Amino acid sequence: MLWEVDVSLRDAAGDHAAREVIAGAAALGIPACGRGRTAAGWLVEGDLSRDEAERLAATLFADPVTESSVVDEIGAARLTQPLDGLPTVVHVLPKAGVTDPAGLTAQAAAAALGHRVVVRSLRKYWLPALDAADISRLAEKLLANDAIQDVVVGPLAISSLSGGRTWSFAQETIPLAGLDDAALEKLSRERCLALTVRELHAVRDHFATVGREPFEIELETIAQTWSEHCCHKTLTSAVDHVGPAGEARYDNLLKETVFAATRTIRETLGPSDWCVSVFKDNSGVVRFDGDHDICVKVETHNHPSAIEPYGGAATGLGGVIRDVLGTGLGAKPIANLDVFCVAPSDTPAAEIPPGVIHPQRLLAGVAAGVRDYGNRMGIPTIAGAVAFHPGYIGNPLVFCGTVGIMPRGHADAAVHPGDLVVVAGGRTGRDGIHGATFSSIELTSESETESGGAVQIGHAINEKMLTDFVLEASRQQLFHAITDCGAGGLSSAVGEMGATLGADVDLDRVPLKYEGLSATEAWISEAQERMVLAVAPADWPALVKIAADEGVEATAIGTFTGSGRIVLKWQGRVAGELDCHFLHEGRPRQRLVSRSVPVPQEPLAWSGVASVAAAVVEVLALPDVASKERIVRQYDHEVQGCSVLKPLLGPGEGPADGTVIRGVLGRNRGIVLGVGLRHHIGRLDPYQMAAGGIVEAIANAVAAGADPDRIALLDNFCWGDTRRADSLGTLVEACRACHDLAIALAAPFVSGKDSLNNVFAYTDAAGAAREISIPPTLLITAMGQLDDVRRAVSPDLKAAGNRLAVVGETRPDMAGSQLALTGRVSGGDVPTVDVAAFRAAIRAVSAARRGGLVQSCHDVSDGGLAAAVAEMAIAGKLGARFVLADVPATSGAANHDLAIAFAETPGRFVCEVRPEHAAEFARCMDGVRFAWVGEVMSSPDLEVVSTTGTIDRVAVDRLARAWHGENV
Amino acid sequence: MLSPRALILRAPGTNCDHETAHAFERAGGLARRVHVRALAERPAIADDCQILCIPGGFSYGDDIASGRIFALELKTRLGDALVKFRDKGGLVLGICNGFQVLLQTGLLLADPTTGMPEAALAHNTSGRFIDRWVRLSCSPSPCVFLKGLSELELPVAHGEGRFVLRDPARLESLRAAGQVPLTYSADDSGRPTNPNGALGDVAGACDPTGRVFGLMPHPERFIDATQHPSWQGRLDPAAPGAGLVLFINAVKATA
Repeated sequence: MLWEVDVSLRDAAGDHAAREVIAGAAALGIPACGRGRTAAGWLVEGDLSRDEAERLAATLFADPVTESSVVDEIGAARLTQPLDGLPTVVHVLPKAGVTDPAGLTAQAAAAALGHRVVVRSLRKYWLPALDAADISRLAEKLLANDAIQDVVVGPLAISSLSGGRTWSFAQETIPLAGLDDAALEKLSRERCLALTVRELHAVRDHFATVGREPFEIELETIAQTWSEHCCHKTLTSAVDHVGPAGEARYDNLLKETVFAATRTIRETLGPSDWCVSVFKDNSGVVRFDGDHDICVKVETHNHPSAIEPYGGAATGLGGVIRDVLGTGLGAKPIANLDVFCVAPSDTPAAEIPPGVIHPQRLLAGVAAGVRDYGNRMGIPTIAGAVAFHPGYIGNPLVFCGTVGIMPRGHADAAVHPGDLVVVAGGRTGRDGIHGATFSSIELTSESETESGGAVQIGHAINEKMLTDFVLEASRQQLFHAITDCGAGGLSSAVGEMGATLGADVDLDRVPLKYEGLSATEAWISEAQERMVLAVAPADWPALVKIAADEGVEATAIGTFTGSGRIVLKWQGRVAGELDCHFLHEGRPRQRLVSRSVPVPQEPLAWSGVASVAAAVVEVLALPDVASKERIVRQYDHEVQGCSVLKPLLGPGEGPADGTVIRGVLGRNRGIVLGVGLRHHIGRLDPYQMAAGGIVEAIANAVAAGADPDRIALLDNFCWGDTRRADSLGTLVEACRACHDLAIALAAPFVSGKDSLNNVFAYTDAAGAAREISIPPTLLITAMGQLDDVRRAVSPDLKAAGNRLAVVGETRPDMAGSQLALTGRVSGGDVPTVDVAAFRAAIRAVSAARRGGLVQSCHDVSDGGLAAAVAEMAIAGKLGARFVLADVPATSGAANHDLAIAFAETPGRFVCEVRPEHAAEFARCMDGVRFAWVGEVMSSPDLEVVSTTGTIDRVAVDRLARAWHGENV
Repeated sequence: MLSPRALILRAPGTNCDHETAHAFERAGGLARRVHVRALAERPAIADDCQILCIPGGFSYGDDIASGRIFALELKTRLGDALVKFRDKGGLVLGICNGFQVLLQTGLLLADPTTGMPEAALAHNTSGRFIDRWVRLSCSPSPCVFLKGLSELELPVAHGEGRFVLRDPARLESLRAAGQVPLTYSADDSGRPTNPNGALGDVAGACDPTGRVFGLMPHPERFIDATQHPSWQGRLDPAAPGAGLVLFINAVKATA
């Protein structure tokens, strides 16, 4: 029997979903949709009488106080009768095979109540009479995402929920011998392998020595392992580079730039080296206190988020949380960060290419994905950014990061021969097939339909239970090694863990969500919320007990053997067999050619004159600068109880620089997070883009109180088509900057990730083939440490009468500045980093802070000094006087006042200092360019004194309204 | 004498159990985190505890409605155990998700005759989850946890916290009985801080004895001054936060 339960609010006024539909319809130009009602629907299949179904609805689905329910057999007329006179009934259901978290939760709850039923959730809408075209537009643009959902208008014609048929063992051989290069390329494309012809040659030659053609499952395993996503083949390839600094020849780009910097720093530190495990595990591990290490990882999940923003961002976060959980012998996730790069929210619908989700809807979707996953996991989302640029229209960037903590000594893990291969957590379905290879292929307007299988929906509660299970098993030391099932699924996880030992795996033992997966699908599926553990047989019973206590499914699916081979079996028969050495070392190295020519700078041009006060109101309202409160407040940034400096601070709730948490409840040592992103100059000067990002991230952390000698960095490279020499050239320049800055600042990179080929290809209305590439984007994350969180410093102004100091020199380089986005200036030089000066500045500011001399501190980035001082005033709800003539600056720029106020010279700070501390503060600044530029005022105005002595004022309240995106 | 013991009852998806246990210990109690599965198997675990706390989180994912399944599990597998615990003088505290659970179990604000819930925590008026700090005022009541408190600031973090009554007219009698002692108040600039549209600005409710209490704000997130969004330069960073008082009151009342 198949029942439908519709649950709707008694009080129609509380129906938000309906209100959103009406608003969205109006925005789509469908005013006829002026009313609506919604319901949560449930399809319940099983041996249930009408009474039982109604009782289940009353106890499980409907709230006795606020909701009412309708229960009937599927298809019954009353289920599609008009509601409140609204005749059009629209159902939105998850596509078959797409994870349905609510349905799964309800199914488990019904089982606990003694009902063995299958449950699926749906959303139901009652709308006015509309013509079919409007309804399908509403469905496509507003109600559903056809990558993961079906839309049914009118009665539901479903006879049963149970799908799937058993798969019977079959071995598909893929002949490679005799295929010419064109045929190999076709094979790679059609099977979505993302293997190059040279790589397929290597595979063909290897199997020639084996004496047979590869099986499908073997070819798939190689494709996963050799994917850009899994082994970063571009960044680790040999490169012959020609750039502004001359020629350079690398045998392994990443090793000889980013890794090399870390190695140099660790050697210099010698015995006081505080790195523990870098660039080898799922996250980078560094020393924290006497008995803990901390780790951090930032991932991208760009392509899935472009197609399904909510699920893409949620599973991106879920994946990076598992990276931390799967580090060493397991780390506890204690903080998340997220950064989104999207096209401007006001992009006209006419400018949206086919197959692209409007950036406004996309941003709302990715933020909701992070919110629902992070909040459910009970991990505070404490840091992040949202950056805007038209180049992200077809390729939005979604970065998710997680910080973890583990007992000292847990960083090293090693699989022992004879250990069981244990998969724990969610079951395996057909979701996420080809995610690893898909993320390595450029998006097209057809991606949505082509790669729907690569889109996944997260089930956070599964991951929360999995986390509780892993941390308890880790505490009892019941496994030798652990890794997450991410890109490539079991094929990557087991492949990595058994890279030297090898493993025998019985794929028919992998627990499935539903019947019918082939051995290959079970092996490469990227179904979420799974971890793989290496467990000594003696520890297996204890592990099973913990799994039962936490309600987690753990299954032994094989053994790490020591044979040096991955042997895949199905009901005892060999489905595939691969030599580990070939799998991990057999990929042909590529030698690439890259070229980077300096972009000729346009001459600096000012359009008209404006007062700094007028311009700062405009700048505060720009999307990069404006308040992100609407997003930030949807994230729980205080769960776990360790919050010290939050994303929004002070009586005026202004923006934080670095955010601070305690590492351990009840202890005072802190962790500081900062991020740097200079995407606006990515196309102008990739070296300075990277250098500026590193400086910004470190300045964030130091402003909040981080010790400059304990800052770990992460790199996340997101680039366009690096198969082009000029595009690869900009990537090499960024890598060079990472190397140079890391060494100069003694800030080692400890982990990173890249996402390449972020190019969107489509055919425009005129039928012309077009491509949109993202600007070269490097996200830098800085994880700092603070010996005592009670010494942290926030950016909100504290008290009238305190003096304001600017630390660091201001140079009038306006290219890529926020002021340029207002149209008041164009061209000019790119802001450059003076790394020696910055190194001195962060140590001076840190010394002053340790001396208790800094009341508030804000680093200067987007919007320059004017925006920095304005934000401090907004946060503190206090006024400030700011004398431009006193700012330490290189002189002689035209329109000097605007240049001084809005230049984005990297590496500067604004500090608030008590008058009685001024002399001592100045002593700390010995050898650093700094000056007193004004003071905090009780009158609620920002008062800017121009270099000619004229004074103009703007009310702090008006600044706050502009920053909050309100009309001023 | 022995420190009072607090049983922190967790379910799959509970995520404030560690800091809540920490708060009870900072208040001088002993805290023990227990999975509802374990308590269902051995209800006797609760016998040597004087306080039972259901902390915040997203129990069972909250995919259907906040606290729904946790409440069902308690009613079907532990119903009388909780009633016994209350009747023998134990204190019961529900924070955020725990408050949602208490209302749905009928342990708090239930119709005395039918035992059906009279109150619920519906979706915020904004339709969105919100994490922010609020001003709270405490009115005279038997509530053990709020003893001696008149005003305090605490953070909220929820998507379903709008207090509603099946019969809104009941609000007056609940007020009179001191059963809705914790309400959202206005900030310095006079702006109301009710974050969710709660009826009568209600942020927390207790039973007639004042020994069963549920609230949406998170007192365990303000046990140190440094957890306040404006602490730096304004509060003594070594001082305790106002939220600690609720836990101290509970420990004192059972000592």
